[in-house]
Amino acid sequence: MTRKLGYLSLVLLAALFIYVSLDLPPTGDPHSPPATHVSPRYIEKAYKETGAANMVTAVLADYRGYDTLGETVVVFTAGVATLLLLEGAFKFKKR
Amino acid sequence: MNKSRPTTILDTCVRLIIPFYLVYAIYVLVHGHYSPGGGFQAGVVLAVSVILVQLVQDPNPRWGLGRDAAVVFACLGTFMYAGIGLLTMAWGGNMLDYGVLPLGEVEAEVRALGTLGIEIGVTMAVMGVFVVIFNLLRGEE
Repeated sequence: MTRKLGYLSLVLLAALFIYVSLDLPPTGDPHSPPATHVSPRYIEKAYKETGAANMVTAVLADYRGYDTLGETVVVFTAGVATLLLLEGAFKFKKR
Repeated sequence: MNKSRPTTILDTCVRLIIPFYLVYAIYVLVHGHYSPGGGFQAGVVLAVSVILVQLVQDPNPRWGLGRDAAVVFACLGTFMYAGIGLLTMAWGGNMLDYGVLPLGEVEAEVRALGTLGIEIGVTMAVMGVFVVIFNLLRGEE
């Protein structure tokens, strides 16, 4: 019974997603909301403003530098967490 | 881990290939302004070169990067990124607004230099973290 309910909810969810996806703007539409907000400024002024011809680098490291700082801290936190966990495990085993 | 010496073929191949890894990592780092690449990718390539040495040589290679040095690199890289952000604030701009740094006349060039600075920080952080994780998962000998 529970399993059947699970399948049913899965099908309903898939139907909902497919229905919603019909409203998405077509790929590459220049008038879609994401393409009309900040993208034109990045495309037109990224090299002039940041000196980076690679637009991805300009957005990643300059316009969205704070975001990348967060990503670096996430990677750093992963390393420190692994260090604390496994280092502690080794010390615990030795006792 | 077996304590035996690496075979001559493996050792020689690693010694030959490591310089190319290092040069390629630096290329990916400094050419990130003009081509795909940047700090994260360069850090991974650097970490791979260190891990390769540790895999082929003894568990404690005479050259390469140990665990403690890797931790220092990870901390320094993250601190360098945040430090550049604080520097820009000290010069009166917003955080990570590189244009205010006194490095040159043209603002775009100064911003490119600031971007390069934080990419170096990201490279050091990613390399240190990857080497630390590999070291830990390899276990104590």
